Amino acid sequence: MSIDHARVTARFPTLKDVFASPTIRSYSTAVAIVVAGIGIGGILFFLLLPTLIVLPMSLSETHYIEFPPQGLTFKWYSAYFDDPDWMAATWFSLKIAMATTATATVAGTMAAIAIVRGSLPFRSTLQALTLGPMIVPHIILGVALYLAFSPLQLTGSFFGFLVAHTVLAVPYVIITVTASLQRFDPTLELAALSCGANRLQAFFLVVLPNIVPGVAAAAVFAFLASFDEATVAFFISDIGGKSLGRKMFEDIDFNLTPVIAAVSTVLVATSLLLMGAVHLMNARKSRSY
Amino acid sequence: MTRSLASLSSSPSFRRSSSARFYSPNASLALVTPLIAALLAGFLYPVARLIALSFSGGTLSHYRRIFAEPLHLDVLFSTIEVAFVVTVASLLLGFPVAYLMARLSRGLAMAVAACVFIPLWTSVLVRSYAWVVLLQRNGIINKLLIDTGVTEWPLKLIYTEGAVILAMTHVLMPFMILPIYSALRALPPDYVRAARNLGAGPIRAFVAVTLPLSLPGVFAGSIMCFVLALGFYITPALVGGPGSMLMATLIGQQTTVLLDWPFAAALSTVLLAVTLLFVLLFRRMLSLSKGLNSVY
Repeated sequence: MSIDHARVTARFPTLKDVFASPTIRSYSTAVAIVVAGIGIGGILFFLLLPTLIVLPMSLSETHYIEFPPQGLTFKWYSAYFDDPDWMAATWFSLKIAMATTATATVAGTMAAIAIVRGSLPFRSTLQALTLGPMIVPHIILGVALYLAFSPLQLTGSFFGFLVAHTVLAVPYVIITVTASLQRFDPTLELAALSCGANRLQAFFLVVLPNIVPGVAAAAVFAFLASFDEATVAFFISDIGGKSLGRKMFEDIDFNLTPVIAAVSTVLVATSLLLMGAVHLMNARKSRSY
Repeated sequence: MTRSLASLSSSPSFRRSSSARFYSPNASLALVTPLIAALLAGFLYPVARLIALSFSGGTLSHYRRIFAEPLHLDVLFSTIEVAFVVTVASLLLGFPVAYLMARLSRGLAMAVAACVFIPLWTSVLVRSYAWVVLLQRNGIINKLLIDTGVTEWPLKLIYTEGAVILAMTHVLMPFMILPIYSALRALPPDYVRAARNLGAGPIRAFVAVTLPLSLPGVFAGSIMCFVLALGFYITPALVGGPGSMLMATLIGQQTTVLLDWPFAAALSTVLLAVTLLFVLLFRRMLSLSKGLNSVY
């Protein structure tokens, strides 16, 4: 999200500028700015509102959903952490997300190297194919994976989820790592190779240290793509193995309690921390140039 | 999961083109093998099986059911209509935000960007839940309306098509804002200044210079929003009702309630065909992979 400020020298007049020159023209400009400000403020409020109401709701005393919340309590959090069903779903999802991060990051990084540096036949076909899981609606993938997995007894299983979520997460890894590789000077790798390093040494000692911010960002995307995923999880979960997304979907649909607000707050905090870390890492990287 | 997708639709800024392809075909194939294995097991084989199931019995009977029954055709058309309305709403609400992000001073632009990224980074499930809480019969919005005397009885807000459009617009708006933002950011302010210098007013300069040059971003964002809206499941399933059935929720109903898998497979194939048709038609404008680096 690095904003290129050097280019953006044209600014809106500030309210102070406008009121400093009391002509009729600047009066109408001031009115226009105030109206536009209220309009855009409304849009930004609309964008933030759903994320922001989750926290106060999770701390509310009342059993039914009320806003503004009455009283302050952590009982919905303890209800979440004490409920064996919620905990089972959370651990199941965490295990899947961590394994998916590993498989998607490794397989995606390997493929990105081949796409950027390799001489692959059907390269553009392969590239289009890897992005396929992003374009195909997840409901279709969910139904398709259920039909493929259920005769093999893979529904609700760790391995079934791992395959499904790896496919869903891998496009983010390929896109992120491809961009990093394209910004990395290939002559450095060639230099390492001509100095006697083998392919693996050149990769781990020269290439990887330079693309590590991209790979780390890719890993975060892969983790969240799995941990927050609900549509495919809805279809490939079963009674024995239920992901957090599936459990939340069911509870929102049938049994709307403030425990969901507590779980939501935990999810929002996890996403914001991870994505915030990626953002800070990249901000530091771009400053050092 | 869709959240990081928005990050993928901005403009490119590759400093060096990588012409050096020094991995041999064999090494390259070895590097893509794990990925191809995963795609075969978790994507190609299941989708192929699903399409095969839709033709089960060697007939087109399941497709005939879709196209003979006005109810199913209505769902198909209202899916396209809802996707279109959501795209237009995202464009109208998102353009001013993108414009502001590209033109404000650093601190304020960061604050506006935070308002775009925080919802984007929030799980779709959490956002849909929040809309359920906001819109339900004794929810926050109804309470506010009754307390302020706008209405005496709670309005039916949730489980309507309006609720689906509202919540989907919220979920998909960042996918519209980010490509427009990066198109506007790439636009040198000199152009607008030149137009103003030559006598154009602020509105004329916007219409004649800024707007046409932002169109690549507008198209990229619109196609992204439209394609994602066509197949959206979680939000319409939680916020919508029987009166606001979309293709995705109809497929969900066929599989979870009616257990009619071949018919669900036929519906899925139709939805897939419609989605791919739009992607292929507009693939030049849809740039999934460009400029992720400008975003995170």
